[in-house]
Amino acid sequence: MLQHKNTDFETRTLDAVCVNNSELTHKWYHNIKYMVVGILFGIVFVKSEVVSWFRIQEMFRLQSFHMYGIIGSAVLVGMISVWLIKKFNIKTIYGERIEFHPKTFNQGQIYGGLLFGLGWAITGACPGPLFAQIGTGATVIAVTLLSAIAGTWVYGLIRDRLPH
Amino acid sequence: MIEFIKQPWPWYIAGPLIGLTVPALLILGNKSFGISSSLRHICAACLPANIPFFKYDWKKEAWNLFFVFGILVGGAIAIALLSNPNPIEVNPKLATELAGYGITNYDNLIPQEIMNWPALLTLKGFLLMVVGGFLVGFGTRYAGGCTSGHAIMGLSNLQWPSLISTICFMIGGFIMANLILPHILSL
Repeated sequence: MLQHKNTDFETRTLDAVCVNNSELTHKWYHNIKYMVVGILFGIVFVKSEVVSWFRIQEMFRLQSFHMYGIIGSAVLVGMISVWLIKKFNIKTIYGERIEFHPKTFNQGQIYGGLLFGLGWAITGACPGPLFAQIGTGATVIAVTLLSAIAGTWVYGLIRDRLPH
Repeated sequence: MIEFIKQPWPWYIAGPLIGLTVPALLILGNKSFGISSSLRHICAACLPANIPFFKYDWKKEAWNLFFVFGILVGGAIAIALLSNPNPIEVNPKLATELAGYGITNYDNLIPQEIMNWPALLTLKGFLLMVVGGFLVGFGTRYAGGCTSGHAIMGLSNLQWPSLISTICFMIGGFIMANLILPHILSL
């Protein structure tokens, strides 16, 4: 149950991987660097056809190695990077220590994971590719994105009544 | 050079580049890679409706919204400047199966015949785009992350709950693609 006694940080990090650990406050334009990373990421997404509905169908029918190769090599590079950051205590460009928040298990990861998997195979897109697909001119996917936002909103509404 | 870039990129180029997003975001500002959270921040920003789950200072996570907007712009750049003129090449078995449902156009990243504006008014289009999208948004938040947050960031940090989530994503996907989707596409 979410109570008001929760701090903003606790509420914000609930059910989230994506956490803003930084204690520093910056002007809004410091965020532009994340947009640049997003642009590069979006280009890779489209050029590797990760955002293609067809590639997702191949993956779930075990008809192509492409997606498995991408996810597998991305995880491998991510693991090595995280290991190096921890080992050499690499700091951010602002000199802050990089923090990692361990995850705790809850049943939502099973039920939610299965529901997301069903949606992933229908839409052929996880949340990132939805944004990229709209960028490629598939304007109707804006409806899918709005529906995904609605799904998140409904989750927030009934969260306390769901098994966790 | 530009001709070379215009070809579809192989997995061993694209995968490591996607993986590098993890250290890039950490080093740029202590941000853990994740995309589905952006959907929640949009809820918190636009329609919190006094729901406790959305009552937090979303502006502290504004970086995530800049990031996803960048993905959209990146998609536009890739199509406008670096687009591969040829249709996507898929496994012939998939092409045969999809042809049975009337899907033969591979010019776009999404199947044009079934995902377009008029199709929204059909049962098939509604299930594919609206119900599918809802499951993505509801499921990712319930699971606490999506492919980026759990499968890439979580596994990179050796978190076993993320491994469980990733396995469940795949199970859900296999069930849908092989057992349920054929019925939807036949509608």
